[in-house]
Amino acid sequence: MGGGKAVIAPSAALGDVVIEAIGIGKTFPGTRALDGVNLTVRAGRLMALLGENGAGKSTLMNILAGVFPPDEGTIQMDGQSVRFANPQRALAAGIGIVFQELSLIPYLSVAENLFLGREPRSASGLIDTRRLLAESTAALQRVDLAVDPTTLVADLRIGQQQLVEIARAISAHVRVLILDEPTSSLSGHEVEVLYGVIRELKRRGVALVYITHKFEELAAVCDDVTILRDGRVVGTALFRDLTRDAMVRLMAGRDTTELYQKVAFTPGEEILRTRGLSLTGSGVGRRFLVDQVSLSLRRGEVVGVFGLVGAGRTELLEALFGLHPDRVTGELVVEGRAVRFESPADAIAAGIALAPEDRKRDGLVLPMSVAANASLASLDRALRAGFVSERRESSYVGPYIDRFRIKIASLNQRVVDLSGGNQQKVILAKWLATAPKILLLDEPTRGIDVNAKREIYAFIDELARAGLGLIVVSSELPEVLALSDRVLVLREGRVTAEFARADATPERVLHAALPDSSRVAS
Amino acid sequence: MPESKATAFLTRFRSLLALALMVIALSLLSDRFLTPDNGWNILRQISVNLCLSIGMTLVILSGGIDLSVGAILALSGALAAGVLKQGLGIPGTEWMLQFTPSGAILVGIGVGAAAGWVNGIAITRFQLPPFVATLGMFSIARGLTMLWTGGFPITGLGDAFGHLGTGALLGMPTPVWIMLALTAVFVVVTKRTRFGRHLYAVGGNVRAARLTGLNVARITTAVYLLAGALAGVAGLIVTARLDSAQPNAGLGYELDSIAAVVIGGTSLAGGRGSVAGTVLGCLIIGVLNNGLFLLNVSPFWQQVIKGVVILLAVALDKANARNRDA
Ligand SMILES: Nc1ncnc2c1ncn2[C@@H]1O[C@H](COP(=O)(O)OP(=O)(O)OP(=O)(O)O)[C@@H](O)[C@H]1O
Ligand SMILES: [Mg+2]
Repeated sequence: MGGGKAVIAPSAALGDVVIEAIGIGKTFPGTRALDGVNLTVRAGRLMALLGENGAGKSTLMNILAGVFPPDEGTIQMDGQSVRFANPQRALAAGIGIVFQELSLIPYLSVAENLFLGREPRSASGLIDTRRLLAESTAALQRVDLAVDPTTLVADLRIGQQQLVEIARAISAHVRVLILDEPTSSLSGHEVEVLYGVIRELKRRGVALVYITHKFEELAAVCDDVTILRDGRVVGTALFRDLTRDAMVRLMAGRDTTELYQKVAFTPGEEILRTRGLSLTGSGVGRRFLVDQVSLSLRRGEVVGVFGLVGAGRTELLEALFGLHPDRVTGELVVEGRAVRFESPADAIAAGIALAPEDRKRDGLVLPMSVAANASLASLDRALRAGFVSERRESSYVGPYIDRFRIKIASLNQRVVDLSGGNQQKVILAKWLATAPKILLLDEPTRGIDVNAKREIYAFIDELARAGLGLIVVSSELPEVLALSDRVLVLREGRVTAEFARADATPERVLHAALPDSSRVAS
Repeated sequence: MPESKATAFLTRFRSLLALALMVIALSLLSDRFLTPDNGWNILRQISVNLCLSIGMTLVILSGGIDLSVGAILALSGALAAGVLKQGLGIPGTEWMLQFTPSGAILVGIGVGAAAGWVNGIAITRFQLPPFVATLGMFSIARGLTMLWTGGFPITGLGDAFGHLGTGALLGMPTPVWIMLALTAVFVVVTKRTRFGRHLYAVGGNVRAARLTGLNVARITTAVYLLAGALAGVAGLIVTARLDSAQPNAGLGYELDSIAAVVIGGTSLAGGRGSVAGTVLGCLIIGVLNNGLFLLNVSPFWQQVIKGVVILLAVALDKANARNRDA
């Protein structure tokens, strides 16, 4: 870097410009992802990058971090034009990124992942294991993650993996840190830790870019806001000059409708019941992941399941869905008949659908097209004389795509090329197309923008009124409270409380979800 | 990298383009290349590899690999030839079952299917990696072939059976008919049936496929069974063409078929590719072999060149995928 300008003085009002994107354009087949985008990020400040699903946020960040070059425009660092061949080069120049999708290597240890490509070497040129472990421990401490650095990444929860990614980026002493939806799978406590890390980085003069769909996070960390819509910048301002409504309106480019309001509705007869449903753990750790859960679900009812990370929410849904036949005990009654599911296929045959939490691992077949993914669970509907008819397929898949405003170039586009939020919507479409009687939704709005979120809430409501029974698992308390007729709270695999909609206040629900030790404190 | 319509078109039809260039070049270099006779010749030569490669495409699309198809080819051919020539003694009795040529054909395909089914069971029920399961089957089938033939060719199988390899119908060689029919069937199976979709899903993401309620074990078993049956068909063609079942038939053919599949753009990681691509892959290998032969290139160099083509094809594919997925 020229000019001997290596030290950044966290100077006057705004701080120095560290990195600047000028006139960036990027075209994918069928999509103009970015068009003449300018972005300025200053030392010691956090720039929030907002926009609907598919607006181009991740694409812009990938360009800044050297994942791929722009078609047009330049990137300047400290006033010099730069171009990185790959993310390693960008990292060496001081630009770190935490990707929207996890990018760790599952069968390497936490330490090996943290220092992948920049392992400390001993004098002999071999990896200096002692230093590797010591530096890893220090890096993990900064994100308050209490795991042994020799643990395999595959054995960590998603949230913990996310923290490892963050630790990896900050341990490289970056001057620019890009966080693409870093909190999408973090627990409340982990989010607080992240805020702490961000504040610390700001004090040290690091320039941050932060992508999120959760507005409530902005107040804690945000200084500036840039809003993208359909690949163009539609607004840049100081955060304190913007209201939430103004941001939402800029993102959507139109006046948005009222906030979601659940319609009161009387549920019908019972459609699903469990008694003493348990799921034993497979390896080390807790003996019961789901412990003696008894619940009842009626037609037209939305039961929300809330719990902290690790409370057994996902496992409860998996147990209901026949995913671990050999580890499940207890009674399961569907539409009045006792059943035992040996596989998800059995559960689906009984009218149950599960939209899973981890979209890349469990939800999507990435190399297949949008249409093929959306129709995969209901392919019978696309058959004509025993053969798959693409016309028929698109005629029933299409409406879901429109309804959720899934941004695609064509139904034949590969789903791997969609933006994160749009991938999530394809999973919902896929399961709704099966016309289930019971719908299990695991974090249905993870990574989904505000407007689409409201659309999905309304749709859940509509499904309930049409007579479905729904169980919605979510780590976002407001979401659970907004959607549910009843709220179940899980803690360590057990149901610790059940509230009718009217009684479910945030305090009560949270109180029931917290472990005993912290209850005293809270 | 700006991607215009033209480059998108080029990448899409890259193998077709490569084939066209090869044909043009060879027609200029040799006046024996672009003749009807040589055309049929090439098609007849690739028919065996194409049968194997269609099966291999299914297997690789499902995320697996099948190293046993060459050995199954030999076993099927030998058993079909054996029962046709000598009948099949029923153990413990004096009885001999006699077979017509059609009966022998069914035996050949049936044996292939059975061997493939065993592969499928080893992989799904006993959770063996496909590489290991089919490596075992490779050795088993080779051994059984030797036991059955005693290491000697079985010859003199008669005209009716021989028709399968050397006959013609409406001016088109029988193996070419078989090849075209199988191609048509499996293009439809992969692109237009539920099984085909499920196959791509299993290869693209097994976990998601299972969570979608697909019967992964059944689909996988069916794939290996089909690959085995197709190897059986290939064994019959080879045997009929030579009018003799060679104990060492099909040695190394599994590698040729993997090469054809890969050159045809199917990803070894599973879930991406097509039967149509594999047809192109087979044609490219066939034209290359034929052309190099006509140009009197030594067979040793032919091997080297084939290897280079494979590497180039896959390298291009990767570079392409990088641009797209980055
Ligand atoms: N590799 C690709 N090939 C084709 N299109 C792509 C590719 N990557 C992104 N796109 C398209 O570019 C647009 C912008 O995508 P991007 O991932 O930047 O959105 P985003 O703003 O990050 O959305 P989200 O909030 O859902 O994460 C989308 O329409 C997407 O489908
Ligand atoms: Mg994104």
